[in-house]
This record gives sequence, C-alpha cells and structure tokens, in this order.
Amino acid sequence: MLYRILITFVLFLALVISEKQNLFGDISDSWYMMIPFLVPYLIIGYDIILKAFRNIKNGQVFDENFLMMIATFAAFGVKDFSEAVVVMLFYQVGELFQSYAVGKSRQSISEMMDICPEYANVEENGELVQVDPDDVEVGTVIVIKPGERIPLDGIVTEGESQIDTAALTGESVPRRASVGDQVVSGCVNGSGILKVRTTKAFEDSTVAKILELVENASSKKAKVENFITRFARYYTPVVTIGAVLLAILPPLLTGGGWAQWIERACIFLVISCPCALVISVPLGFFGGIGAASRIGVLVKGSNYLEAVSEMTTIVMDKTGTLTRGEFKVTKMCPTDCSEERLLEVAALGEGYSNHPIAISIREAYGKKLDMTRVEDATETAGHGICVKVDGKKVLLGNEKLMKQENIHLEPVQTGGSVVYVAEEGKLLGCIVISDTVKDGAAEAIREMKQVGVKKCVMLTGDGKAAAEAVGEELGMDEIHAELLPADKVDWVERLQNQLKDKQKLAFVGDGINDAPVLTRADIGIAMGSMGSDAAIEAADVVLMDDDVRKIASLVKISRKTMTIVRENIVFALGVKFLVLLLGALGAANMWEAVFADVGVSVIAIINAMRALRIKR
Amino acid sequence: MKKKFKLEDLDCANCAAKMEDAIKKIDGVNDATVSFLAQKMTIDAVDEKFDDIMKEVVAVCAKVEPDCKILM
Repeated sequence: MLYRILITFVLFLALVISEKQNLFGDISDSWYMMIPFLVPYLIIGYDIILKAFRNIKNGQVFDENFLMMIATFAAFGVKDFSEAVVVMLFYQVGELFQSYAVGKSRQSISEMMDICPEYANVEENGELVQVDPDDVEVGTVIVIKPGERIPLDGIVTEGESQIDTAALTGESVPRRASVGDQVVSGCVNGSGILKVRTTKAFEDSTVAKILELVENASSKKAKVENFITRFARYYTPVVTIGAVLLAILPPLLTGGGWAQWIERACIFLVISCPCALVISVPLGFFGGIGAASRIGVLVKGSNYLEAVSEMTTIVMDKTGTLTRGEFKVTKMCPTDCSEERLLEVAALGEGYSNHPIAISIREAYGKKLDMTRVEDATETAGHGICVKVDGKKVLLGNEKLMKQENIHLEPVQTGGSVVYVAEEGKLLGCIVISDTVKDGAAEAIREMKQVGVKKCVMLTGDGKAAAEAVGEELGMDEIHAELLPADKVDWVERLQNQLKDKQKLAFVGDGINDAPVLTRADIGIAMGSMGSDAAIEAADVVLMDDDVRKIASLVKISRKTMTIVRENIVFALGVKFLVLLLGALGAANMWEAVFADVGVSVIAIINAMRALRIKR
Repeated sequence: MKKKFKLEDLDCANCAAKMEDAIKKIDGVNDATVSFLAQKMTIDAVDEKFDDIMKEVVAVCAKVEPDCKILM
C-alpha cells in the first residue's frame, strides 16, 4: 500500500509539473488529458473501484468505496483530473493512517488484557511438562516457577513466594503466599517456586471469568453508542440524497453551471461516511473499561460506565463493604471479676457454637479450651446460650435472655453487640463485640463526595446503635438500620424515585443476601474477592480487591471517558457539518472534504485512545 | 447456545455494525454482536438449527463485507 501511494505521488507530481510547464501543449484542455491522469488514478484506486462494484452486486450501495468512486468519477466528468487523483490518493493515505491507529489501539488493548496464562507446568514421572491450562484437571499439583503467570486457581502445597496481583487488582504491593494460602490465576509469581493444588478448572478460574467479562463488555452498549449507530444509519443516505439534490436542483433552477454544482455534490459524498464516529465512540468506551480494569475494577459494559458518570447517590451495605465483616471483641466490662475470668468463662461457654460472635470470643481468648469442663449446652436462637461450666450454670446472651432468667443488669449502650455473662444467677459482666471499619472506608466516602456524589446512604440489617456508630464515623448522609433483604430493595427503590433525570443510583454490597438489590440498582457494585459468585454475576461492576476507595477512581475514569466520547462526537460532527456547509456554498474543496472524512477519523481515534491511559 | 468466532480482515467499523444488524435479523438468532475492536463475533442462537444459522451468517457477512473471513 505504501508503495502504491509513493508511486502514485511521484507520477502525479510529474504530471502536474509537466502540465504547469505546458508540455502537453494544445491537448491540455481537452479530454485527452484524462489518459495520463488515469494511470496514477488506477494505481491508487483500482481496489476501491473493484470493491464498489462487488458491493453493489451484493446489494450494499452506500459504502465508502462506492462514494469515493462516484466522487472521483464526477471529478473526471467535470475535467478536474488532478483533483480526482488527489482525492483518491489522500483518501488512501487517510485509510492507511486509520488502520494503523486502529491496529495500535487494538494492540494496546490486547496487551492490557494479556493476563491469559499460556501453559501450566505439571509434574509427570519426575519431569516437568508444559500443558495447556485447559487440560489440567481439578486437584492436579502444578508447579509455578519464579516470574511465571499462575495458570489456575488453587491452594499452595509447597513453597513460599511473593505474588504480584497488579494485573488483577491494580495493587502494586505484592502479596505473600505460603503453604495453605489461596492463589488466584492471572497473578504473577515472584521469586519463589510454588507447588499449587488446583481447585478449579480453567474455564471456572478467575482469569477465564475476567477475560469473559471484559470481552462481553462491548456487547452492552451505552446510550451514546446506540445513538451513534442509529445516527449512522440515517446520516449516509441523507447526505447522499443531499449530494444528488445539490448536483441537480441549483443548475436546473438557476440554469447552467453543472460542473460547479457536481463538484460541490462530490464534497458531500466524500464526507458522507460516519466512520469517525462509528470507530471512535466504542473505542473510547473500550479504553475506559480497560483503564478501570487496570486498577482492579471490572465494568461489565459501556452502559454501566456511562451510568457511573451520572451517579449522584450511592447506597452501601455495611457489613463486608464498609466494615470488614469480622467481629472482634472491642470492650470488656466485668462487674464482679477479672477480665480474664470473664473471657475464659465466655469462651468455654461459647466453645461449641459456630455463631460469628462465639468465634470472635474464642479468638479473643486465644488459649486452648479444655472442653471437658463444659456440659449441657443449649442454644436458643435470638437469645443466647445456657450451659454448665465446671458444674456451674452459665448464661451467655443478650438482654432478653437475662430478663427471662431474672438477672438484674444495667444495660450497656454501645455500637456493637453485647454478650452478657452470668454465673449461678449472678452477672459476671459483659463483652462488647463489634465489626471493625475497613481501612480507607472513611477516605472512600470523602473522595466520593469530592468527585460529586451527593448522597451516601448506608443500609444494614444490623441494630440501630451499631449502624449509627459506623455511619457517623464514616460521615454517611443517611443511615437505615434493622433492614431485611427485601427492605433494602424497598429503600433503593424509594431513593431511586427521589432522583432526577440523568441521575443514577449505585448500590455497593458484598453480595451476601443482596443480589436482588444489586440487580435493582442502576449500578450494582460487588466485592470481587470476598463476594459470592452469585453477586459477581448479578453485579454490573466488580471491585476485584474489595477496596471501596476504587469507586471514586472509577467515577473519575467514567467522567473522563464520557468527556472524550463527547469531544469526539462534537468534533467529528462539527467538522463534517462545517465542511458540508462550506461545500454547499462552494467554499470548501475536495482536500478539506477528505480531511473531514479520514482525517477526522484518525484524530478521533487518537483522542479515544487517551481513555485507556487515564490514571486513577 | 452462545458461540464466539474470530474474524479476519474486518476493516471497517461501519461494516461491523451492518453485519451485526443483518445477523440479528436471521431467524433463530437471539442476539449477536460483532466487535470491530476485538475482531470477534458472538452469536446466541437456537441450539437445534445452529449449523444452518451459521451458514446463513456466513452468507450475510459475505454480502456486507466480502473481505472478512469468519474463522470456524
């Protein structure tokens, strides 16, 4: 292609110079001049003409090739031979640039998506063999050498290493992995050799899931994209009809001057391809989704990216989203004994229970429990436990249980759950257990407000006191506590009704019990590493490392992407309409028309690629 | 059933949109996407007639963009 352009350029230059030098003498004004110009024209444009005819045969009339052919034929028709060659030449140069730009952007997208492992090392008869990750069965032990990509999800059985999770989470600090730890496919192994027993087949592994999500993202189109597709369907025929009218009507009405009007009509034809828009708008979104996935945020479609840019209300679940979802003993108030004794009795009493509160009490105790000291445990849901420790009757539970057993107590007001401990009908004291707020949760709320989220709402199934303590610490605008999953859906709907047009609501949750809310909200954001598969499925956006601070970054990326997309639409349409107008008035030439077609495409593509490079 | 195909020499974004439109109109196709950027086509169609539908898809694509090949 490059050679064809160069040859044509040289030939064309030679022709123009000889024309200027009057080497052709008398014939320079006649039809014979067409013959020398046809040579470079055919060299540069033969494939366009071939394609145009082939497409007409297939019933595809209004394509670029056909329009270029008509435009240049018309130029020949009005004896503007050099223009016919120049337009074709310029068009091909533009196409070359365009395919280069598209190729480049494709390359950078695929590089970014280059998290797909190519092989897995499996030990066979004492030798390492490289096999396709697809063929590795669940439960196989694979060996991951330093610097290799982890091909499948699994559990480390031997070795220790630092793992670089940047490709998945955007987190640059490596994570330590040793025996018993989970490792996730797509991450890169650091300096140690790891042996990993796989827990998932390749198609179910994290990397395969992520690739599938990202690839499918382009099928969920944003409103702007749909608008452009619809627009493109009408734009070309309308402009072409405009061209025909322009060529026929003015000469008929005013008489004479056919050549001039046909030339102006040709300008219309050249501009009539909507390619700049059709390429650059999806490319901009693709770039934005790519930029988000680089910081560990998966966006499942351009429509969601568009929605995030309009987000004004964010509704967040408390447990697991704003808090760690791990209960810890935060306070002990013994009334009649030492703290140790209080905790020891409680830990023994809760020894058989699997309730999160029981687990956290045992963890706080930390020592080995002699369960032979415990007998006759009965658990009453919603109340607590009645048990015998060292032969003495011990009660562990909430206020209700104590009241039922006629034990007098001073209620403790606190943000957590309170477990009262009584022995032989006498209160020993109470233990306060609360969920701890995630690092950076307060920062996340602050950042979200900075980027323009107007209302931050917290919904939780927990008690009012606990919810308000966390909510105030984080600076939430509204707190609604003691909600059942169905109530959460109600609240989201109520908040959605308060929104104005073009305002969107996002719900952030870890997915435990809140899949319905995730689907109901305009944008459902789920926690990727802690959340359940069902939540990731139901969500529109997945935070791979559960870091809520990424939401503010995502909002920034989405806004920037929308700006770039709008810039492209305004720029491309602006230039096209300007040249159409100038063309109709006779103030634009073919050069400008070709620029308005392919030149604008190239610039719009380059602009769209900026979306990929958005920093957080 | 959903299936993905790679496309070769899909050169123009507008053609991709036209192909997508045309494929969606084929009887038995639930949904279809042609991604110009990823050079990929995803077709969601009725199981029983999938092979027949694919034949039609190939024909339709050849009509819109004769240079573009679908890798099966």
